[in-house]
Amino acid sequence: MGKRAAALVGFTEWAPERKWERPMFGMEACAVLAAEALADAGIEKDAIDGLVTGGLQDSPMFGPLALAEYLDIQTHFSEQVDIGGASSAGMIWRAAAAIEVGLCDTVLVLVPSTPSPSQAGDEARKMVMPPYLAGDAWGSPQSIYDIPYGLVAAAPSFAMVATAYMDAYGVTPEQLAKIAVDERNSALKNPKAVFKDKPITVDDVLASPMVCDPVHLLEMVMPCFGGGAVVVTNAERAKTAKHRPVFLSGYGEYVSHKTVTNMKDITVTPAKPAADQAFGMAGVDRADIDLCSFYDCFTITVLATLEDTGFAPKGQGGPWVAERDLSFAGDFPLNTHGGQLGMGQGGAAGGLSHVVDALTQLQGRAEDRQLASADKAFVTGVGGLMASNVGLVLEGA
Amino acid sequence: MRVEQPFSEAGRPIPRRTPTSAPFLDGAREGKLRLQRCPRDGFFFYPRPRCPVCLGDDWTWQEASGRGRVYSYTVDRVGLDPTQRERLPLVVAIVELEEGPRMTSNVIGCAPEDVQVGMAVEATFEDLGPETLVLFQPSA
Ligand SMILES: [Zn+2]
Repeated sequence: MGKRAAALVGFTEWAPERKWERPMFGMEACAVLAAEALADAGIEKDAIDGLVTGGLQDSPMFGPLALAEYLDIQTHFSEQVDIGGASSAGMIWRAAAAIEVGLCDTVLVLVPSTPSPSQAGDEARKMVMPPYLAGDAWGSPQSIYDIPYGLVAAAPSFAMVATAYMDAYGVTPEQLAKIAVDERNSALKNPKAVFKDKPITVDDVLASPMVCDPVHLLEMVMPCFGGGAVVVTNAERAKTAKHRPVFLSGYGEYVSHKTVTNMKDITVTPAKPAADQAFGMAGVDRADIDLCSFYDCFTITVLATLEDTGFAPKGQGGPWVAERDLSFAGDFPLNTHGGQLGMGQGGAAGGLSHVVDALTQLQGRAEDRQLASADKAFVTGVGGLMASNVGLVLEGA
Repeated sequence: MRVEQPFSEAGRPIPRRTPTSAPFLDGAREGKLRLQRCPRDGFFFYPRPRCPVCLGDDWTWQEASGRGRVYSYTVDRVGLDPTQRERLPLVVAIVELEEGPRMTSNVIGCAPEDVQVGMAVEATFEDLGPETLVLFQPSA
């Protein structure tokens, strides 16, 4: 049996929005997220003795310190995680690990992603990722060897992974497009999803504009604002929580590079070592997993993750996806919240949406898309340019 | 968000000149592709003060053949970097050099539709004024 020291007991998640109409500083958002997540967990604020977060726009240095002061929380564990889109999943295991070693008892994981009130006007309120992703900093290798050649943002990098996959394994555009279609079918049942009203077909995906060959517009996430928070606590206190505690029974992480040019093999992602570590720790078989929630910035990310985490044979992900229904109603439920592809990417909180997806199912709170059996889930986070990976095995108490 | 990337007068992003990148950039200006070579681990790219494998500092600069193959590629159709929009459609590629290392570059001199994984390419150079880019074209 895997670890039973720390459990996820409550959460809050804001519906992603392309344009955010109620600007808030990062720490202001944290205060609201904290209140909502604690209320959901049924745990008092006084119990909090650990804080984990990502980047805070209003406190780019000393973030966790500023946050402890702002929320009037005194912590034995204060952490800021910076591994890209894998950060949210990385925050969850760091919180659990801190509890396991006895540093603290209850940790708030806070992921705000709202525009600041200092950003005025409609355009500034629209979520746009800066194309250089801070790679333009003085001395950054990217500013010398990547940016002048147009390797910027995320799409060209993931597109080159897809090109290599197609060349190596014969993956077809239709097989990749189907991932977006199945996820959209789940999004239709998620009231928080940006795309909850619009079913799509494989033809729709392939007819959407080509952004970076072979990636079409409908195979990319829509950048949005959002926010989320999760309460992680020790096994004893978890018994007093309002909802079913969900243990983090195993976890793994792997970082191997930043830009795709420097991947050892562009068709093998860090998902493999991270997943092997997580499943090994949990002592859980892949076959016993009821649902997967995989970081899905692009359709190729999902296909590669299915293979490298051991659910589909290496090189067979294309036909494997074609033969299955990945929606909540299907034979391999994957991203039952619609994924970030169907829900919109709520900024940094997009990564947390996969944790929340698993938690929602394992706590039996998924309403119209609730699975009949939901006891074990596997969650991934992907950061940088297919560069960092976190795997989480979650088990309901 | 403040942008630190240097740009040419025409508005193209140019490589940042640092003490470590200067020998590579000087080589490009002379039409040469220069790589560092570690006596134990062979060629490496991009330039660093220490070999990334053994962290040794007894590497030397060598002139590479300029020949390589397309390891993977994409075609930017939308101009993810607005300053590159006049180059669209832009073939962004990873080129695996004959000497072993891979580098980010662009494939020019053929239609984007004719680029393929494994295609043989050779270095060519584009003068942007203050700095020169190392690009690739189909081998003659
Ligand atoms: Zn060496």
